[in-house]
Parts: sequence; C-alpha cells; structure tokens
Amino acid sequence: MSDTDLLFKALADPTRRKLLDSLYARDAQTLSDLCARLEMTRQAVTQHLAVLEAANLIATRKSGREKLHFLNPVPLQEIYERWISKFEKPRLRALHELKRQLEGNGDE
Amino acid sequence: MNRSSFVYVTYIRTTPERLWEALTERQFIEQYWYGMRIETDWKKGSSWRLVFSDGRLGDAGEILESDPPRRMVIKWRNEWKPELHAEGFSRCTFELEPQGTAVKLTVTHSMERPDSKLIEAVSGGWPQILSNLKSLLETGQIVISR
Repeated sequence: MSDTDLLFKALADPTRRKLLDSLYARDAQTLSDLCARLEMTRQAVTQHLAVLEAANLIATRKSGREKLHFLNPVPLQEIYERWISKFEKPRLRALHELKRQLEGNGDE
Repeated sequence: MNRSSFVYVTYIRTTPERLWEALTERQFIEQYWYGMRIETDWKKGSSWRLVFSDGRLGDAGEILESDPPRRMVIKWRNEWKPELHAEGFSRCTFELEPQGTAVKLTVTHSMERPDSKLIEAVSGGWPQILSNLKSLLETGQIVISR
C-alpha cells in the first residue's frame, strides 16, 4: 500500500480521528492516558495506534519506562499541499500582482 | 507535563548523507526555509544563528551535539519577539535513521516549561519546512515558497 493509501485509510476511521483529536488537544500521552480519555480497551487503542503509526500520523518517544504519543502533522501538510495549496497559488499570485500595482512599485 | 515539546517525523527517500547536507548547507536551507539563512559551522560548541532574508536576527543559540550524518542538537532561543525571548533556551534535536530506501527524520523541539509560546510558534512552521525539505530532496522542487 502506498503512503497516501495508508494515510487515507488511517483517517477513514472515526475512532482514529478521535485519537488524533485527543493528541491534538494534549500531546505526549501514554497508552493509559489515551485509553482513559476515550473509554476504550487497551487492545483496541493499541490496534488503532498501530495503523496511525504506519501512516506516520503519530510519532512516539520513550520517556523512562513510558512510551509517549505525539500527533505528527507532517503527512497532513503534504495532503494540504497536494490538494489545496496548488489551487490557491494562482489566486495568491493575482493578489500579489494587485498589491504590487496598487502600491505602485515594480519591486517586491 | 511540565514541559512543552513536539515530535515531527518525515520519511524522505534519500540517503543520510544527502539529508545531512540538506540540513546544513546554505544553498539548500534557503530553498526550503523561506529564504532564511543559518550561520554556523555546525561543530559542537559553535554558535548558531537563524537570520531573516533582510538580515534581521531571528533566533540564536549553540550547537550542543553534532554527529554527522546521524544526530544534531541545537540550543535555541528566539531573539526578535520579547515575550518569546524571555522564555529562554529551547532544545531542538534532529535524528536521522536509515530505513530501507528512505531516511526517517525526527525533529524534536522542547522547552522545560509548560505551555511555551516559543514551542507553539515554531510548531506551526516545522511541518511546512519538513514537507518542503522532503519535496526538494525527492523531486528537486519545493511546493510552497514565500
């Protein structure tokens, strides 16, 4: 499966989006923190975290004996660039051109 | 949690050596870091400065660890916004690990205080910088420029 497929598959599940929301609200959570907040079994949360980690949507760090989970927004940025920012560019360029003309100078 | 931190990870299809070069060479950096310059010789103990394209100083600090092409740690303080400068030094770590045909790049930026404004400020910028860096190394082009 390609990176993009893994990413959309990971995002397609409401529980996994909830896990991401939980990490967005509060970074550096342990497995127990996440289970408690979502009222889910450890096993279910572990499985969802594995899918999110495969899609690179979460990063983990060891801190002593604990494993901390962090939201990793870098793949989301790539989706944004792939699907949104390239369509925005012509508009941004037009606005930039307008500003340049209104301000009446030829340089930046 | 009485510290503020984030961990960003990206997998880039390149070699650790090329990625290290992209992280430390000026021509590369200017392309994916919105035209900002980094002034340092990347040796342990050397000063490190992040300079805006118009010459203003953005951030400054020191290279705490430098182990090419594997690991680098920078002591990092904001120098242009008084409320961020007042928070003092943060710590930014780059780790490069080969994984198959790609390199896993992990950037960790943290500060030993809760709710750091500096960490909040830089956390918004990193995904774009890392995404630009990945795109530059994999395709030779950046996606977003400013």
